[in-house]
Amino acid sequence: MRQVYSILVNNHAGVLSHVAGLFTRRGYNIESIAAGPTEDATITRIVIVAIGEENELDQIAKQLRKLYDVREVEQISYNQAVTRELVLATIKAPITKRSEIIQLANAFGAQVINMTDDTVTLEASGNDHKVRTLLKAFEGYGISQMARTGMISLPYDGMPDDWEPIA
Amino acid sequence: MELNGSQIMIEELKAAGIEMAFGIPGGAIMPFYDELLKADFPHILTRHEQGAAHMADGYARVSGKVAIIVTTSGPGATNLITGLANAQMDSVPLIAITGQVATNMIGTDAFQEADVYGCSIPVTKFNWLIKDVNEIQNVTREAIRVATTGRPGPVLLDFPKDIQITRAEYTPRESVESPLPAPRQYPELDMDGIEKLLEAIERAERPVIIGGAGIIKSGASEELAKFAKATGIPVINTLLGLGGFPGTDELFLGMPGMHGTAYANFALCECDLLINLGARFDDRVTGKVSSFCPKATIAHVDIDDAEIDKRVHTHIPILGNVRDVLITLNERLRPGDYDEWRQTWTDWKANYPLQYDWDGSIKPQYVIDQIQEITEGNGIYVTGVGQHQMWAAQFIRFNEPKTWVTSGGLGTMGFGLPAAIGAKFARPEKDVWLIDGDGSFAMTLVELATAATYNVPVKVAILNNAYLGMVRQWQELFFEKRYSHSHYPENPDFGMIAEGYGVKGINVTDVNEVRNSLETAAEHDGPVVLNFLVNKEENVWPMVPAGAGNDEMQLAPPSREARS
Repeated sequence: MRQVYSILVNNHAGVLSHVAGLFTRRGYNIESIAAGPTEDATITRIVIVAIGEENELDQIAKQLRKLYDVREVEQISYNQAVTRELVLATIKAPITKRSEIIQLANAFGAQVINMTDDTVTLEASGNDHKVRTLLKAFEGYGISQMARTGMISLPYDGMPDDWEPIA
Repeated sequence: MELNGSQIMIEELKAAGIEMAFGIPGGAIMPFYDELLKADFPHILTRHEQGAAHMADGYARVSGKVAIIVTTSGPGATNLITGLANAQMDSVPLIAITGQVATNMIGTDAFQEADVYGCSIPVTKFNWLIKDVNEIQNVTREAIRVATTGRPGPVLLDFPKDIQITRAEYTPRESVESPLPAPRQYPELDMDGIEKLLEAIERAERPVIIGGAGIIKSGASEELAKFAKATGIPVINTLLGLGGFPGTDELFLGMPGMHGTAYANFALCECDLLINLGARFDDRVTGKVSSFCPKATIAHVDIDDAEIDKRVHTHIPILGNVRDVLITLNERLRPGDYDEWRQTWTDWKANYPLQYDWDGSIKPQYVIDQIQEITEGNGIYVTGVGQHQMWAAQFIRFNEPKTWVTSGGLGTMGFGLPAAIGAKFARPEKDVWLIDGDGSFAMTLVELATAATYNVPVKVAILNNAYLGMVRQWQELFFEKRYSHSHYPENPDFGMIAEGYGVKGINVTDVNEVRNSLETAAEHDGPVVLNFLVNKEENVWPMVPAGAGNDEMQLAPPSREARS
């Protein structure tokens, strides 16, 4: 199972080592990790996507909460929060395939940010599903380089109290 | 007033009531050491930093108080890592203060530089690299708080040399506003959980209590005794929980698990309610989890939420301090009727006692039995790790908490001697006995020099079988007697070594001399090493093989002339 953790930590030197070290030490698998400032300069948000057995996923949250610099840990399900990832990908694009590739990029709302005689570099963002679908769509042309930010996430504001996520 | 960084830290340590240091100076910590001297701060100079850490560990386990460990940068600090890991596994509060190269040199591979902050992350509860003299007051207080509250543990302050001498304005303050959010509060007593447990106790027919280190650390022994006596529920103590319940009490079932008593393991297999009070379901206790307490409703009281459901699924989880929970339980007890159960476990105790053969050689269990007899369970007992540790856990009958000092979670060979020295500093009025193996003892025996220098009258009984005995036992049982590198045929003369350190040393080869030599040691005014050349092939029984369930326990091979 995959689980998204949104972790608010004190903006301290070494805090990322503590969080990442916990995953290594206890044998949890990180699929992606993204960290950045929040509206409060003393607090950093780290978003981690982890893979594990169901009981392990709760254990991860409990262990994270024990870390001194961790203020808050949320286990996020997809329909409770907006999740986004930014991806940059250079696609092999010989002149004959170029317009086809750009058309496909448009369909995904991806931007062309660089072009050479035989490549097109695209910038795209979206939730996990969209990023996967997009990369699959371009796989056939050949992706020569790729960089992904890892997922970031914010809970939806204004959820009614009695709202229950669809499992 | 204006003070330098070292002085500020020392002021804060003193204000918190810390009054003991163990350590070794070196280049990057010299300014701090200079101030320790000027402040007349009590300090024990050890021979190895690992020894300093284990001394502070033994001191903390026996006194409940925290000591500081002081080392220099680089190798001085990396030598601490085993000691910190040991304390982390057994939740022992320690404060390590390590010198670090000056801040402008950090990251340049300077002389005696090591990334001690990075190295110590996985082996401490928390750690700090102090980069600003103005942080010292807050950070020192936070360090003490973190080490000693909630589930205790070791912390480390990495202290660069330039910050040690930088001067800053210092105002002693009753409370310092933490730059960090207040510690997460433990929730109020979980009354729902407690009520569920009370109902389960009322309904149960075969309940059993397992008391862990949480009993000792929260000071819950009296409440536990009250609880057990009011209900008649028998008590098992884990390795680190020993001393939490009187070893001579009829309700006591001994230790569970791999080398536990037969009756403790039978009780775990047959109980219908397991009340876990502050134990963490270690793999040496549970054996194969799928066959652990198969018939029981499991209740688990723990101060650390992450321990609940970590290895064993819990039906009644109660997050909280064990003592607080027990006080509330005791106020509302509604015990059921466990007469039939009592008959069952009483019979087990009578029919499956701990025992050993008697063949004229010095049996290690016999030596421990004799130590038990002459101290009547009123000493402080310290061990290394291995067979001797298991025999001590089985054969000593503890009267009080905080009289048993052993390395449980990490299983650190070499823990014994320095921990015993630390324990004696904490409780000088108590007789401190170290029961050690020759393998364990040899790892840190250099601290005999510390015992001699400060005349710390610890009594050391080495159960010397010239083997890494537990390894030898496993090789005999599980590796078809291929004794791969577990034998020390050329063991040194430990009696003579002791004498060389200025410590009384006696080699004992005759079983008839055991009692005499122990009495001589007890009466001697100073440290003593008794080197008992014991039976080399003795094994620890009962045994649950690694990976097997507690229901697959093997009892001792048939005895010739049982003595227990």
